[in-house]
Amino acid sequence: MYKIKIILLLVALFIVINASLFIGKYPISLHQYWLLFQNIFSATPVDFDQYETIRNIIKEIRLPRIVLALLIGASLAVAGSAFQAIFVNPLVSPGVLGVLSGASFGAALGILLGVSWFWINIFTFTFGFIAVSIALVISLIYAKRSDSMIMLVLGGIISSSLFGALLSIVKYTADPDDKLPAITYWLMGSLSYGDFSMIGWVATPMILGILGIISLSKYLNALSMGDEEAKALGVNIVAIKLSIIFLATLISALSVVMAGIIGWVGLIIPHITRMIFGAENTKVVFASALIGALFLLSVDSMARVLFSFEVPIGILTALIGIPIFIIALHNANRSIR
Amino acid sequence: MILEAKNISFSYGKKEVLKGVDFYLKDGDILSLLGKNGCGKTTLLKILLGICKSSGEIKLYGKDLKSYSRKDIAKLIAYIPQVHKIPFDYTVFDVVLMGRLPHIGLFSKYSQEDRDIALSSLKRVGMESFTQKIYSKISGGERQLVFIARAIAQDAKIIFMDEPINGLDYGNQIKFLKLLKDFQKEGYTFLKTTHYPDHALYASNRITMIKDGSIFKDGLLEELNEKSIERLYGVDVEIIQKNGYKFCIPTF
Repeated sequence: MYKIKIILLLVALFIVINASLFIGKYPISLHQYWLLFQNIFSATPVDFDQYETIRNIIKEIRLPRIVLALLIGASLAVAGSAFQAIFVNPLVSPGVLGVLSGASFGAALGILLGVSWFWINIFTFTFGFIAVSIALVISLIYAKRSDSMIMLVLGGIISSSLFGALLSIVKYTADPDDKLPAITYWLMGSLSYGDFSMIGWVATPMILGILGIISLSKYLNALSMGDEEAKALGVNIVAIKLSIIFLATLISALSVVMAGIIGWVGLIIPHITRMIFGAENTKVVFASALIGALFLLSVDSMARVLFSFEVPIGILTALIGIPIFIIALHNANRSIR
Repeated sequence: MILEAKNISFSYGKKEVLKGVDFYLKDGDILSLLGKNGCGKTTLLKILLGICKSSGEIKLYGKDLKSYSRKDIAKLIAYIPQVHKIPFDYTVFDVVLMGRLPHIGLFSKYSQEDRDIALSSLKRVGMESFTQKIYSKISGGERQLVFIARAIAQDAKIIFMDEPINGLDYGNQIKFLKLLKDFQKEGYTFLKTTHYPDHALYASNRITMIKDGSIFKDGLLEELNEKSIERLYGVDVEIIQKNGYKFCIPTF
């Protein structure tokens, strides 16, 4: 049953990817699309000069955007699934330790200082990690005295608030005609920044991060039973948790680097995945990568078709995510209500 | 002697919970740990399991407990915690399969053999029909059986249980205690905390009583008598015997 569901998901992904390549502002006929395919896969190329525009649109505009949506959707969903298990709390999202706040501040600071895109990306990534480190340090101070995971969540709240405040300072000082709108729009999230040179940089660490969490996912069931039980089951909880937090922070920070803040994916996709696949985390983590990728790509493709202008993806994931989440909560385990 | 602890001391902040406790467990024991609420029973259990750091010396099968990895301890001792809630809908099978975790490598997956072991462990406790049921929705007694199955799947011959009887209905309490005796015959050793002298009298061969952070009585079942119960709990009881079993009844 599990395998059938995974195959169905892969089929759905295949269909959505193709539809997303095919559909857009610039009309492409099925025939042209087919020729393009032949051109890519056959040794004898068809006459292609007349399709130069189509080729460019698909290869330079639509394809990078699709790759970006798949990578970010999978990353946020996997990070969310892993965090919900290790925090033993289905209401936790990838931003719980402050990575999104820290990364937002880093990006805004970079835009304010007027540094190059390369340095903005470095700022974004670095401050994402700094924020999580602050949360970890705060939790370590009190680790001996109380439940370490609750202290970690509190550390994350403190760190998020700190960087939220710092972000406000940056926005307040930013030039309202020029830099403030740039910061604001950037924070709303967009998949339109993607190009292959950028994706080339981040795709490898992101894929490795996702695979890393998937390979550690067998420990998540035990970890979600609580620290003591996990230890008694032979799990080195500090090493495993830190590895998962590191990998989740890596992929979440990179998602912010590439597309700004895209909310809700990391919270709702794990719930939807558990509704379809059950709660067992090796299945949840792997399948949530597929469902997250499918979700974000579908939302972005719909947005491209439905609106004549670029709608920030962060707004759409929230607007679509909230009703889905309400339905998911209705079906969820009573213990979280 | 499979487990031996000497001079165990432990404090929560400034509060001294255990003061120089000596403890041992012999192969095939069903040992009941008795004491008032908050006397350190659960703490001692966790210390002996190595998940709580303390001063003193602990030897597991003659070797220092500190020289074992977490995984190696998990292959020898299984832990059944007090009943607790989890917010995820794992199936009974998922929970039992966790017992195989110490037996697989860092990057390997559960094998078909692991799954077969989990299933046969469920059969051993008569819970095979529960395989696909949701763990958080079954009764307390059923959960205890699932945990026993997990301990069997873990392939650990020593099983620690923290108040396993709590929350079980009367029938399940008796069935559970009987099950312990059956497993004792198959070579399992149990260490359990309990609040009920009756259960200790029925199902264990040894008792250890903790009072004010120290061992107050340690020995065979005979040590569990009117006098020791009176001193441990501050209530008067009478022990009566019928059909070879002892019962503890309060004298108001």
